[in-house]
Amino acid sequence: MGVGDVLGMAATHAIASGMGGMRTAGDLVARMQMSRRMRIRQAKEYVAGRLKIGPSDLSDPLIMSEIREDLKLGLVNPPPHYAVGIETKFHIAELLGIEIRGLKLFKEKAGL
Amino acid sequence: MSKIKTRMGDAALVELSESELRSDLEEGTKDAAQRGKIPPLSPDELDHLFDIYSSSARVVGVDPGNEVVFTYDSTVGEINRTLIPVHRIASLQMFERLLGADTIELGHNDYSFKAVKPVISDERTVLEQAVLATTVPLFYGAMPNLGLYNQPEGPVPNSSKLMSEGKIKEARESMEAAVEFAVRDMVYVAGELYESGVDGIDFDTTGSAGDADFLATLRAVEILRKKYPDMAIEMGMSGEFVLGMHGGVAYEGTRLAGLYPHQQVKLAEKAGVTIFGPVVNTNTSRTCAWNAARVITFLKACVEASTIPVHANMGMGVGGLPVTPFVPVDAVSRASKAVVELTRLDGL
Repeated sequence: MGVGDVLGMAATHAIASGMGGMRTAGDLVARMQMSRRMRIRQAKEYVAGRLKIGPSDLSDPLIMSEIREDLKLGLVNPPPHYAVGIETKFHIAELLGIEIRGLKLFKEKAGL
Repeated sequence: MSKIKTRMGDAALVELSESELRSDLEEGTKDAAQRGKIPPLSPDELDHLFDIYSSSARVVGVDPGNEVVFTYDSTVGEINRTLIPVHRIASLQMFERLLGADTIELGHNDYSFKAVKPVISDERTVLEQAVLATTVPLFYGAMPNLGLYNQPEGPVPNSSKLMSEGKIKEARESMEAAVEFAVRDMVYVAGELYESGVDGIDFDTTGSAGDADFLATLRAVEILRKKYPDMAIEMGMSGEFVLGMHGGVAYEGTRLAGLYPHQQVKLAEKAGVTIFGPVVNTNTSRTCAWNAARVITFLKACVEASTIPVHANMGMGVGGLPVTPFVPVDAVSRASKAVVELTRLDGL
């Protein structure tokens, strides 16, 4: 993205053209770009296939918040006893079939 | 028809007639096509751009389904600049849980690899806590910033001073020596962060000190890619055109000075970059519409040439956005929609 005050830049881009991060499936699509160098369409199709939904559903916070809650993929407002932080990375790595660097090191340190 | 309200590249409000707006769009794409030797936008694409920039709405956005993902070049650090007393990890969480961030980026206030090197242990401890406390992919961002290697702050003779004295050969040798120092620092810092669990490294503002700066980053990426095949590496540029401060350096047989985004991305691919971040600068004396047409012409050629994801730099002063610290939302949302819908890129 780039520099600029938070409302004018980050928030405005998010509303104008952003997938929505953890509100939807933006972080999951980003992980496929980062781990497999997938272009946006390919990454969306991959994630949608794993979730068994259509690519257009990935940016819908209603659909995705239910899926994220069910699969423990992380929510922006987690309820009690819900997966947060590193715990969500276990579920995301398994869902997407990728290795997450921080998770790998955490498992090694924890002896898992 | 009433006049169309839009803005200049310095954000000043301006009113244009329909024909003036169309003329600006045509001139903008023509300028990029001539400079980059790339195709101009088609009449249909210019019509779409006209629709976006003639909209009377305060905020516009992409059609559902066209959304893209974001990576952030020091944007998360903007929280600290507001003087709100929160830890950097809290800033990351605010972006993750309040601002719909698809990825987050940790960075040092100085934001240069050379400055991070002496405090890398501190950066690693913060990073390791952030990895535990967040869900979305986590980058660490810093600038190659070759200028910092010049004396008096750095180890090599000051190349700018040498050039001003007409000592071109000595200036070039100094830049080449600086490349060696910079490569070592970037590889060391990035490697340390990867050993602490970072998902990706963002080489932000690559080429800010010219072609030697770009060369140093390409070489650092090449080394890191061999050492860490799974590391996500983003290379964000500093300008649309690689400045020939040295003039003679090359990578894989390609002279770096003068390369435009569609040529830069091919070298980034060769080096092993995962995500490429092209930059197209804003001309403050032309309208945002003129700038957008120019930006999209360059970016479209870059996206078409690329085999890796492309995340355009869309911050203040680049990507068709005005040069002002508080960019108006009408200007940001128009540029955001226009760039995403007309270039089909992979992210911002």
